[in-house]
Amino acid sequence: MSAQAAAFAAGAHAGSRGLWMLAWLRFCRDRVGLVSLIVVAAYFAVVAASGMGWIADEWSKEVGVSYAPPGAMGPDASSAAPAGAAPQARAEVAQDDSGIADPIAGEIAEIRKGLAGISPSETRAATLPFGGDKWGRDVLQKAVKGTQTSVLVGLAAALLAAFLGTLFGAQAGYHGGWVDDFFNWFYSVFTSIPYLLLILAIAAVLNQKGTGTVILILGLTGWTGIFRLVRAEYMKHKVREYVRAADVIGASDARRMFAHILPNVSHVVLVQLSLHVVLFIKSEVVLSFLGFGVGVDTVSWGSMLNEAQNELILGKWWQLAAATAAMAVLVTAFSLLTDALRDALDPRIK
Amino acid sequence: MTSSGESTVLLAVRDLAIDFRIDRKTTLTAVRGVSFDIPCRGTVALVGESGSGKSATALAILGLLPEETATVRPGSRIFYADRNLLEITPRELRALRGTGISMVFQEPMSSLNPVFSVGFQLGEVLTKRLRVPARRARARAIELLREVGIPQPESRIGAYPYELSGGQQQRVMIAMAIACEPKLLIADEPTTGLDTTVQKQILELIAGLQRRRQMSMLFITHDLALVAEIADHVVVMRDGEIREQGTVRQIFETPRDPYTRALLACRPPLARRPRRLPVIDDFPRRPPAGVLDVPERSRGLLGNEEIVLEVRHLAKSFRLRDGLFRKREFKAVKDASFKLARGKTLGLVGESGSGKTTLGLLLVRLHKASSGEALFEGKDLLSMPPKTAMNYKRRIQIVFQNPYASLNPRFTVGQILIEPMKIHAIGAGDQERRVLACDLLEKVGLPQASFGRYPHEFSGGQRQRIAIARCLTMKPEVLICDESVSALDVSVQAQLLNLLQDLQDEYRMSYIFISHDLCVVRYMADEVAVMCEGEIVEAGDSDEIYSNPRHPYTKTLLSSIPRAWRS
Repeated sequence: MSAQAAAFAAGAHAGSRGLWMLAWLRFCRDRVGLVSLIVVAAYFAVVAASGMGWIADEWSKEVGVSYAPPGAMGPDASSAAPAGAAPQARAEVAQDDSGIADPIAGEIAEIRKGLAGISPSETRAATLPFGGDKWGRDVLQKAVKGTQTSVLVGLAAALLAAFLGTLFGAQAGYHGGWVDDFFNWFYSVFTSIPYLLLILAIAAVLNQKGTGTVILILGLTGWTGIFRLVRAEYMKHKVREYVRAADVIGASDARRMFAHILPNVSHVVLVQLSLHVVLFIKSEVVLSFLGFGVGVDTVSWGSMLNEAQNELILGKWWQLAAATAAMAVLVTAFSLLTDALRDALDPRIK
Repeated sequence: MTSSGESTVLLAVRDLAIDFRIDRKTTLTAVRGVSFDIPCRGTVALVGESGSGKSATALAILGLLPEETATVRPGSRIFYADRNLLEITPRELRALRGTGISMVFQEPMSSLNPVFSVGFQLGEVLTKRLRVPARRARARAIELLREVGIPQPESRIGAYPYELSGGQQQRVMIAMAIACEPKLLIADEPTTGLDTTVQKQILELIAGLQRRRQMSMLFITHDLALVAEIADHVVVMRDGEIREQGTVRQIFETPRDPYTRALLACRPPLARRPRRLPVIDDFPRRPPAGVLDVPERSRGLLGNEEIVLEVRHLAKSFRLRDGLFRKREFKAVKDASFKLARGKTLGLVGESGSGKTTLGLLLVRLHKASSGEALFEGKDLLSMPPKTAMNYKRRIQIVFQNPYASLNPRFTVGQILIEPMKIHAIGAGDQERRVLACDLLEKVGLPQASFGRYPHEFSGGQRQRIAIARCLTMKPEVLICDESVSALDVSVQAQLLNLLQDLQDEYRMSYIFISHDLCVVRYMADEVAVMCEGEIVEAGDSDEIYSNPRHPYTKTLLSSIPRAWRS
């Protein structure tokens, strides 16, 4: 009997559907959710490939003429002249500065090309598939690289915020009493400061630009919403009978908090995580646009939009279009995914 | 049926069949071809356990089934005043609700709107429905509240639902239901969740109203014992089908269907104490004589039993904030003392709010006691530091009331059973623990295949078995059953009571059996303690207390037990 029982126990785990499995089955029935999952997965694949250096590795290479138009539009009439790109670029720069010619612009362009290993005489493409920017860099490659930066920032910051929010929320909600008072006080102080002011203050304290800084800024300011929800969930769950039963069998506080309650509130955290990825991607764009974002050596959707301000006056719309399209598709897909996740994870089976 | 002619039938249900859509592929047939009549001025009781389709039938009569999921199959008919209620327009149906047919629901707390006073809600029915002018509506509302037995209706009319007790809320719901003088009142489990004494009052109220106002009534309940007092005609349902219908006398004296016989037999009787309660499976088609004539079990203490747990002057008070700075002390348990003998059962009875659950939670240290001690092997369990208490934790365990809440939904049954063994280092390794867990599953009557399954795949009774198995992993000496069988259907309840009894016989565990159900306590307990407002008002041998109650509160409690049937 016992041997049989043991043999049974070993194989018993298969064939039974847990709540996660049921949630996944529910999710699969949601067509919109599934499509948005595929879109988001495609983005992540691009990010991974770009991170590994398989694609868009040479985004900073100046491969086309300055402001090379998208392929479908055909080459720009003025830049199609055989004289090449360099004088043209100089002329554009001159125009930028309200007619005052930059005396060393030509030389700088020469030096840059020399550093990049391209001789000034080398021919550049007159058109690029999605157009080029001021320096003749491929906008498509920039957008891919920008996606990598923005998605990484959004994801990492959301993970940080979710971690902090869950940790604080769990402590506050589970322990109650003065621990709860302390975290609530901390939360109130944090949320009483206007959001942008808080971001700028932390940016000023960290005092360095870069991807890591942006992640820290967003993560350290963004945990409050998750904290509030997780705390409420913990307050609700800690008096549930299954947690009390765990107490009676002798499970420690930490075990009850993280082995018993956390899996039962993780759907809330997961939905919030996904919501915050969207929020932080947008916030990164705002930060970079304001100049508090990623450094000059990196490209993100925010920095692309920042450059696009000046270009738009010149009628060069493609960089704006590329960054906006990339962002809009991801943000929409991610939001729809969040909705579908919430529907699927809502634990109606209790 | 009971009525002599067709003219006296108020409502006739014919071949009613209802499907519920669960998801895209699965549909559940909740009601399969049900037919019965409700005579004028008569009371029909619809009896069945959960999932029998009794509530769906009632909702179909009023056209209240959820449209998104429920479909009434074509061919179903419900005749009322020569019209088929399933075919009339929504507008006609609305006109019928309240004035023709009205309903009292199960939970008065969620049926009343918490942000409006009861007078407003009652007045709304009168002014909107009956077009009573606003100035007369108040007087009429007070009259109605008086009729349903709300004390001082002039002052209570301004009260909000939370200011009323559960029984009073249900009275207000009944007042709203009868405000438009309906011809048929549907009462869907109107007393479930109320204390027995309140239940008795509400039943008397409903029966009185039905007679005075000459209404017909459809009384829906899971409790066959209630039916005898109130109904003329009984319809027994199971799994969406009518198993048997007839007059009350027929049903109670000569039940034909094995299921009805089982339902009548599996409630613990007050007069006898069979060694084992009959369960549904004992009633195939053969005469159940052998099942009912099992030897009786004698209860009570001899006086020389070993005492496992001695509770002395246990008290618990909660401090509630009252006003800005003041605090009010609420005494949940006052000066409770008792002794628990090894292998015996102490029944703890009382109504909601009497402190019996708090007492149970105090003993397993889920609440901190304000004063008093609980001696286990001469050591006070309550004042121990947490570290020392860990050694005693496994020896005193609790099974909670709600089987749907007491198991972690994200754990498999195997994980649920192995966790306590890991914590208390029972069993030499995972393999041995698995074997132990599988053996225990078998012991509580579950297949070993349950090991890898999740709680949501089990019914309420099965989940309660899992909860019991979780306690058994630690081989406790004291097991507190806090209303552990109250949420279950009577047939499942009988199985669980038999299981608990078998386990006690095998392991010589001592039980503290907390329940509001006096029949169940009488069946299980050797000794009984009656609690009222935090105090143990009477304690002693269970037979002695039930046959010869001394405290007036015990007498009230005992007199409110629904008497099943007296011929």
